[in-house]
Amino acid sequence: MLYDVLIAPFLDMADSPVFFAEVVIVGLLTGVMYSLVALGFVLIFKASGVFNFAQGVMVLFAALTLVGLMEHGVPTWLALILTVVIMVVLAYGIEWFMLRRLVNQEGIILFMATIGLSFVLQGLGETMWGSNVKALDIGIPDASFEVSGILLNEFDLFAAASGAVLVAVLAVFFHYTRIGRALRAVADDHQAALSVGIPLKTIWVIVWAVAGMVGLVAGIMWGAKSGVQFSLSLIALKALPVLILGGFTSVPGAIVGGLIIGVGEKVAEIYWGPLFGGAIENWFAYVLALVFLLFRPQGLFGERIIERV
Amino acid sequence: MKLKTLILAGIAGATGLSAVAASPALAQGDQFFPMLVYRTGPYAPSGIPVANGFRDYYTLINNRDGGINGVKISFEECETEYNTKLGVECYEKLKNNGSTGASLFNPYSTGITYQLIPKAAVDEVPILSMGYGRTAAADGRVFEWVFNFPTTYWSQASAFINYVAQQEGGFEKLKGMKIAHVHHNSAYGKEANPTLEALAKKFGYKLTLLAVDHPGQEQKATWLQIRRLKPDWVFMSGWGVMNQVAIKEAASINFKMDNFVGNWWSGSDADVIPAGKGAVGYKSATFHGPGAAWQVHKDIVKHVYGGDESKAKANNVGEVLYNRAVVNAMFGVEAIRTAQGKFGNKAMTGKQVRWGLENLNITEARLKDLGMEGFTRAVKVSCIDHETGGPIVIQQWDGAKWSIVSDWIPTLRDVVRPMVETAAANYAAENKITPRTCN
Repeated sequence: MLYDVLIAPFLDMADSPVFFAEVVIVGLLTGVMYSLVALGFVLIFKASGVFNFAQGVMVLFAALTLVGLMEHGVPTWLALILTVVIMVVLAYGIEWFMLRRLVNQEGIILFMATIGLSFVLQGLGETMWGSNVKALDIGIPDASFEVSGILLNEFDLFAAASGAVLVAVLAVFFHYTRIGRALRAVADDHQAALSVGIPLKTIWVIVWAVAGMVGLVAGIMWGAKSGVQFSLSLIALKALPVLILGGFTSVPGAIVGGLIIGVGEKVAEIYWGPLFGGAIENWFAYVLALVFLLFRPQGLFGERIIERV
Repeated sequence: MKLKTLILAGIAGATGLSAVAASPALAQGDQFFPMLVYRTGPYAPSGIPVANGFRDYYTLINNRDGGINGVKISFEECETEYNTKLGVECYEKLKNNGSTGASLFNPYSTGITYQLIPKAAVDEVPILSMGYGRTAAADGRVFEWVFNFPTTYWSQASAFINYVAQQEGGFEKLKGMKIAHVHHNSAYGKEANPTLEALAKKFGYKLTLLAVDHPGQEQKATWLQIRRLKPDWVFMSGWGVMNQVAIKEAASINFKMDNFVGNWWSGSDADVIPAGKGAVGYKSATFHGPGAAWQVHKDIVKHVYGGDESKAKANNVGEVLYNRAVVNAMFGVEAIRTAQGKFGNKAMTGKQVRWGLENLNITEARLKDLGMEGFTRAVKVSCIDHETGGPIVIQQWDGAKWSIVSDWIPTLRDVVRPMVETAAANYAAENKITPRTCN
């Protein structure tokens, strides 16, 4: 048994280094896809200090809206623009109906409100566009090709590139713009931010709109793989270990966390999975995140929380 | 404030009204069919055509024939979201509805079926888990109230191996061959494993089992293993989004689609359409025909949709899972007709329906009368055999539609039936059930 756990998997890796390299590359590419989902959580947590339970449903809602418009004959480029507009309007709606009434409330109250929001969005999306699975094709190539014996897929590479660009843009936005600094101030303390003249409501609208757009990108990438359907909202579960590992407040943390989780779960599934009957990658991702928590409770890039009593 | 109150009252009123409208009236003397449906939730793309198929067939019987020998059908949907807990709640809510209580339950979920099996005998309401649920229920001596004809997961797995043997040139060619089973990591997904393992010992192929966790949105690791293993054939027991992703992943590693066969829950229109051209060539097992060219569909379009074909299409008429529900609803209706032959032309109780199910004999001639000639196969149920071990047929997706590409493939009864009887005997021992005698 010890041999199977401690020796055999490593011998296997050494025996087929090309395959091992492919596993790692696929893990990295998958990790970027997880990061795309995790980013939406990070944005909202940074601005409001709340874990947005509805982020997964926002991914679904954005993708449903896009594909729904396309099914009604709207050209892809116009459907993309209209979906962005709808996500901005949605952000206004969320601020108007929900957030402004909960200023300076406990985080748990805001969290509960996002649970309610997830039900509303899910129902709204299904009412507007139906529950049937919808094929999403916006023309991203998805042919596979081999490089030195490693099979790569154009779609996965495109998704990874999109994720990398998105992360770079958001990182710059948060660190080097006035709005970015205002977002961080709001996250620290609503009342204090208000007292120094930061327009709290505007900041919330901006951040929810950006989270909606990130959700749209995630929805396109995941929806193109599986079709757009309710289960798209469940990919939020894949983002949780990424957040735990990378930290809830760090954009670079979301991407690094995603990469570690992506590679970790693929390597674990392929080399250790058969020992446990397979299908270990879902829970292994959480175990990996928990191990990191033991050493860095705030996550790899999260802000260290110091509360005085 | 008044405006807000008015809006809220309006929404509440509309919701209430729609709830009433969704429930058909339960008239005195009607034959009541409870419908456990999942029109919402992660499996809604599969649940919607199934629910529509049942609803349309019951409506067809009322509109075209005036009911079952003059007894009108009533039915009521209860939303389960494919959630076992909600399914059991729906069962409790509906089991006593109608003039004689529920006729029978079609749970459409292996998880819900497992929970209802012990309840069915107590409440005297039969369960028809057509092609799903507990395979051991095929032994009617132990599972008096449960039926799973025309065939089961175990029989299906054996027929798949039979199909592979046919394609490869005989059972002796299976020796040394590599076959992978990609399955949902659930009781349902694992159902075929014992049969595939038993047949691997018998025929000498190398079996690899690859589990995929719910919901199956991400399967890269599974398909990397397939790429490394290079199996000759892949069999899949998937469900919901797992199917669409698996087909897409198989295409992306350039796996030969001709050798990728899904079980009958992995071969619906919703499974292949999202995968686009990558799904061309993908196969799946089934036990009924695809499409809407059958006489029963023409009757449905005429009597249920008033001849409006576009409306019928929008309601999934002719889709794989719709057709499956039509076959399933037909079995239930014919069981009641059989029971009426013994107990008289009136609404049947659950106990009488159970008798009808156990004595069901749908011949090819009867299928012709029902507009289903060639659509599915004849079935003869008995006290000892609640499954009948019916054959399967293989359908293939060409990018636009499913087409049948094989003859009816017999199941390997000599292997499967003893396994069924052993499993049923174990269940009886665990649950202190004394098997009845079948003469």
